[in-house]
Amino acid sequence: MSASVIEALRLTKRYGGATAVDDVSFAIAPGEIFGLLGPNGAGKTTTILMLLGLTDITSGEARVLGHDPVREPLAVKRRVGYLPDSVGFYDHLTAADNLAYTARLIGIPAAERGRRIAAALARVQLLDVGDRRVATFSRGMRQRLGLAEIMMKDAAIAILDEPTSGLDPQATAELLAMIRALKQDGVAVLISSHLLDRVQSVCDRVALFQSGKIVLLGTVEELGRQVLGGGFAVEVEAQGEGLAERLRQVPGVQAVEETGPGRLRLLTQRDVRPEAAAAVVAAGGRLTRLSVEEPSLEVIYTRYFENQGESQNQGARDAA
Amino acid sequence: MRREGSPWHGLGVVFLKELSDHLTSARMRVLEWLVVLTALAALYGAIQQIKESTAEDPYLFLRLFTATREQYPLPSFVSFLAFLVPLMAIGLGFDAINGEHNRRTLSRILAQPIYRDALLFGKFLAGLATLGISLLALWLLVIGLGLWQLGVAPGGEEMVRAFVFLLVTIAYGGVWLALAMLFSIVFRSAATAALVTLGLWLFLTVIWSALAPAIASVIVPPDPRYAALGLPTPETTELQTMLARFSPSTLFSEILLALLDPSTRALGPIYLNQLQGAVVGAPLPLAESLTMAWPQAVGLIAGTIVLFVIGYVIFQRQEVRA
Repeated sequence: MSASVIEALRLTKRYGGATAVDDVSFAIAPGEIFGLLGPNGAGKTTTILMLLGLTDITSGEARVLGHDPVREPLAVKRRVGYLPDSVGFYDHLTAADNLAYTARLIGIPAAERGRRIAAALARVQLLDVGDRRVATFSRGMRQRLGLAEIMMKDAAIAILDEPTSGLDPQATAELLAMIRALKQDGVAVLISSHLLDRVQSVCDRVALFQSGKIVLLGTVEELGRQVLGGGFAVEVEAQGEGLAERLRQVPGVQAVEETGPGRLRLLTQRDVRPEAAAAVVAAGGRLTRLSVEEPSLEVIYTRYFENQGESQNQGARDAA
Repeated sequence: MRREGSPWHGLGVVFLKELSDHLTSARMRVLEWLVVLTALAALYGAIQQIKESTAEDPYLFLRLFTATREQYPLPSFVSFLAFLVPLMAIGLGFDAINGEHNRRTLSRILAQPIYRDALLFGKFLAGLATLGISLLALWLLVIGLGLWQLGVAPGGEEMVRAFVFLLVTIAYGGVWLALAMLFSIVFRSAATAALVTLGLWLFLTVIWSALAPAIASVIVPPDPRYAALGLPTPETTELQTMLARFSPSTLFSEILLALLDPSTRALGPIYLNQLQGAVVGAPLPLAESLTMAWPQAVGLIAGTIVLFVIGYVIFQRQEVRA
């Protein structure tokens, strides 16, 4: 048994003739935040439903905490919290009553129920509106209530489907902070989203989906190197002689351009800020600013499909 | 390969939650008042009628359910129930599953450690229990009013007949509840499900009883020898009765006939030679009446189970995502 909490092995899902998920494999480690990213209809939700045992697997195998979701769905669902895309609650019940219903379904003993519901509501900052009907809740509050359900469940894995879609920037930031808090509790988090840059900030690793297939998998840094051949840009502002020359010799630096007086832009394969600072200081320069631009998933994603398109065109020309 | 865990896990939780939803919902309150008021109107007519006609009937109490007032024709209490119980059952079931879909609660609930069985069966049982509670309250109300207004205590046999009548009425509601839930699984829109169920109900209750003789006489044309004598052809009549019994309403009214009118000797066509030696108009013992109504009662229960199972199979295979 490996250390992964979720293992997907060549998962495939077909609806009639259409293939929704095609030969998808990945593994998630405990306490990791893993992003399933890609456009709508790329097969992210179907993958999630297969992992939860909520839809049949056409072929391939899934293991969630060592259980097979097809044969032992209850064992899986007992330990996994799920926040569906635009989650719904019973509008005529209060937030606490909604959680109480789920708590009874999970089988939390009556003596513990009240305490765990209150603790979960407090963690998502909904404790003071816990006795209000959910009908009055905003979208962000509903998403937070969904997270509270996962926290109350004491889940080992949280699966969040499009948790930030339709939220304003502040609500998104709050939600992402709560997701990071889940990670600190040692919960493995699987996030699906089509909003690349927002989710990039919380994910340890990502898988990019395209028409049912995983086309890229790894950390954002790895993907940047793979697709962009580098991708970091380090901005240096410093006064001194021959700094550009010195910086060009720093390992990992691919190119240096002067963008203004005393301003240099380094294209690098990784974050070389410590080495760059040492080089400037060693050259007797005065360092005034040092910043790094990480490669954005948006850029990686766009570039990847541009490359794909080019190679396809190339192939078409070769064939012709 | 067996799946792990019990399908009943969570059944009680779903049942209690749905029951509390039903009992507190505005929809239920409207339906209850509709049933109570119309039933009281029918009952008032029946009581007046019984008071006016001399009370020679040995089953005076059962007349409460079936009597109609002669001057002001108002349907009897049981015909009101035959009409309103389906309406109530459909009102309870038409949005059972598609409502969860549309509120987007279904995938969240099914991600909890329960099987779909528990959700569906819990909802059905809660609907049936709600019907049972309302009908029991109504039944007690009728008995109480009868005691008070007629001033005659019912006999033991009358009470047993009246109680079996209550059980049969709940089973009758169960058929429509199962049908409404089936359509709530099939149709994503609650309005479509409600309309289709109501349409089928009207068809089976109103149109089918007129259609059954027509279909029967097409399949088995009446024998001209019987027609010359002005008699119905036995084969045609038998087929017609069989066809009519596909409607739960027909089954229900036949059961009521056997239960609430002890002088009923047969449901359906009967030959003169079968009546030889019978004292026409003499009441049958309770056990005989029950035996007569038994096939129809089994038909109602079987119909409920068949409809529920069809719904269950479709629900199990349905995709969770909206």
